[in-house]
Amino acid sequence: MMKRTKLMLTIAGGAIGLALANPAAAMFQRDPAYEQARANGQVGERMDGFLGVVGNQPQAIVDLVSDINIRRRANYTERARSQNATIDAYALTQGCLLIARTQPGEKYQAPDGSWKTRTSAPPERDSRCPPM
Amino acid sequence: MIHAKMKGLGLVCGLCLLGGCVNVNAPSDKIVIELNINIQQEVIYRLAADVEDNIDANPDIF
Repeated sequence: MMKRTKLMLTIAGGAIGLALANPAAAMFQRDPAYEQARANGQVGERMDGFLGVVGNQPQAIVDLVSDINIRRRANYTERARSQNATIDAYALTQGCLLIARTQPGEKYQAPDGSWKTRTSAPPERDSRCPPM
Repeated sequence: MIHAKMKGLGLVCGLCLLGGCVNVNAPSDKIVIELNINIQQEVIYRLAADVEDNIDANPDIF
């Protein structure tokens, strides 16, 4: 009886532990303003793994982009170090995958540097990008 | 004997001053130094799995 209770407690403890281990960041989704700017095509995914301002946009959009890019840079710096890679290589890989994940209607930067609107077709990406 | 050697040395030095013993001409072609700053495809392939995890773990910035 005692043994069983102990086992149950261990299982319950494990479940709580797992729930707590889940990083808080994963619970936050995109800021609604950021989500809207993406859908509107005011911002786009650059080849280099950073967010870009598409054309002339209000200051609020420019600020939103630079805020996200500061956080992305911090993230890339940390992840690149743990992977023994350069920040540029890590960021470029991010660009490959982030462009691959864009939704139809969103903007992305093509290898020639121009902004393209994502359709249902695969996006134009750097030749070094892994297959989608 | 020593004197003769000194004389010889003096002559060599004189030549150095006159004509320049070592003549280095800069090549007319541009010198291209290839730094290994190219990001290789194999590196991108290696990082792809970690990048996938990263995007999933940080939906607020991606």
